[in-house]
Amino acid sequence: MGKIIVLGQMEGSQVSRISLEALSGARQLAAATGHTVLAALFGPGDPPEQLAGADIAEIIRLPNAELADYSPDHYVAAAEALIAAEQPELLVTGHSYQIRDWLPRLAARLGRPLISDCIGVRDAGAGRWVRPVFQGKISADVQTSPGLVLVSFQSGTYRADELGSGSPTVRTVPVDLSAVESRLQREEKFQEAKGAVDLSRAERIVAVGRGIGEEENLQLAHDLAKALGAEVGSSRPVVDYGWLDHDRQVGSSGQTVSPKLYLALGISGAIQHQVGMKNAGCIVAINKDANAPIFEIADYGIVGDLFDYVPALIKALHAR
Amino acid sequence: MRICVLIKQLPDTGSALKIRADELWVDEDNLVFSANESDSYALEEALLMKEAQGGEVVVVSLGPERVGQVLKDALAKGADRAIHLHDPAWEVLDSLGLARIMAAVLKEEQCDLIFTGLQSDDTGDGQLGPMLAELLDMPHVTLVVETELSDGRIKVKQELEGGWFQYVTAQLPVLLTIQSGINKPRYASLRGIMAMKHKEIKAVGAGDLDLPADQWVAGRTLQRLYVPEKTKETVFLEGSPQEVGAALVDHLVNTAKVF
Ligand SMILES: Cc1cc2nc3c(=O)[nH]c(=O)nc-3n(C[C@H](O)[C@H](O)[C@H](O)COP(=O)(O)OP(=O)(O)OC[C@H]3O[C@@H](n4cnc5c(N)ncnc54)[C@H](O)[C@@H]3O)c2cc1C
Repeated sequence: MGKIIVLGQMEGSQVSRISLEALSGARQLAAATGHTVLAALFGPGDPPEQLAGADIAEIIRLPNAELADYSPDHYVAAAEALIAAEQPELLVTGHSYQIRDWLPRLAARLGRPLISDCIGVRDAGAGRWVRPVFQGKISADVQTSPGLVLVSFQSGTYRADELGSGSPTVRTVPVDLSAVESRLQREEKFQEAKGAVDLSRAERIVAVGRGIGEEENLQLAHDLAKALGAEVGSSRPVVDYGWLDHDRQVGSSGQTVSPKLYLALGISGAIQHQVGMKNAGCIVAINKDANAPIFEIADYGIVGDLFDYVPALIKALHAR
Repeated sequence: MRICVLIKQLPDTGSALKIRADELWVDEDNLVFSANESDSYALEEALLMKEAQGGEVVVVSLGPERVGQVLKDALAKGADRAIHLHDPAWEVLDSLGLARIMAAVLKEEQCDLIFTGLQSDDTGDGQLGPMLAELLDMPHVTLVVETELSDGRIKVKQELEGGWFQYVTAQLPVLLTIQSGINKPRYASLRGIMAMKHKEIKAVGAGDLDLPADQWVAGRTLQRLYVPEKTKETVFLEGSPQEVGAALVDHLVNTAKVF
């Protein structure tokens, strides 16, 4: 039987959550195909405790100093060498921003298909995968040809705590990266100075999306927020247009929030938005499209024009 | 300096999408098409750079007849010339196949910079940029939210997860995938629209490229599209806005207890 290699992305001395989810996905793939699961870790540093008792056959280390910090040129070269040495059937990862950055490059070098943002497996043996299209409004079954396939799973597709139990052995795979030239110089990572609001502390949030239509209409959201005692947050386009400050953006490149109430006005519910708010206690969505993905995670849904429903809602709140 | 910008045309955001009878794509009749959101930002970044530093902006798009419109729009906004990749044989491609076709075309162009959007909002693969950079043997940076060009080098701000950023510097040539919000895309001026009529749109088909047909698909085919199964129980509130407003307040106060 073949091998499934899971690339574990490190965050400091820990394997990232999305990589653990990928590992748990790989275990399910292994159960369906009879393959064995190997976890590969790039860079010096010992394998973290998180993996010590997991149901993985082996932990493969590539301890090269060149892999300590992220460099697409080095990561692609290292993965290419790893694949040449181990000949896996599947290379599995989490669909993180870093993976988005270099995995397509590896796929092009190998001439093999990459299923990015994968949200499920239709048939592991036959190579049939599920992924979202049109920002999650539609799902697609995709078939890959026989041979190595690269897969990156969307966050939340599998559970990070389902790693089973086992006692993986640790093995070092030597790869020579001395000839690889880094064509990019990277500076230190940084966060922008904090703005006036901290949405992560808000108990109630009224979030506006592109469905608000025009900047002037934001007043309606502010009025509703006032009536609820809520902060105003938003999806990305509203910040891109310059209508609200970046610290009000909720989602994968903005804030992660978990208020008691999250009321989404004219937000479709793309995955990059959902990851920032899906843990809210109560999610209410007002959207004129009954098939908008936001309804997938909403507790209460109103299918209709927000300009009809929000004024009535404000009135009802005042009457309370 | 030559900047090539890749633009994809797709259904307008907010289009009501209907899956086609063969379940292999959406029904394109009656849809309004426009440029992919992040591609519009990529074009604007190229135009700003050209205005500041001089040079030429070439826009490239692959797709059927209708795609001519996004190319015309880009020319009207200030791009200098366009390349329209169009061949019925290219109706079914995967991202690596598409990258190979683009690479075959762009090799000839000798670009200093190539810009793409960070992903197209229809297939959402987010693969073309880095794949193309690999095939053309140039470095790339994804999710770019700021650029600064000087003396053959470019310094960009890259977006990372959860509100983090990083500055990355590279020597040209380089490929960047542009994130939305990096600038304010312009509208075409009347003068731009008049000037557009004299600009070149070069048509390129499969016969013009030295790329065998078995390279167009690298091992991935679409099988079936469907509306995702719904897993969560959502309480849908129906009625007049007054009724729905009152019912929601009641639920929020008494059931969800959010106050
Ligand atoms: C790497 C990456 C990072 C990203 N980071 C983020 C992020 O941090 N946060 C984020 O939000 N997005 C992020 N995005 C963008 C994300 O993919 C979506 O494009 C975005 O969330 C869409 O915003 P929206 O729902 O407001 O707009 P749309 O998707 O355009 O949805 C608008 C909705 O409004 C509805 N509507 C329109 N008019 C009305 C009306 N009158 N009444 C009621 N409903 C109406 C429509 O039916 C539609 O569902 C990111 C994308 C990528 C690729």
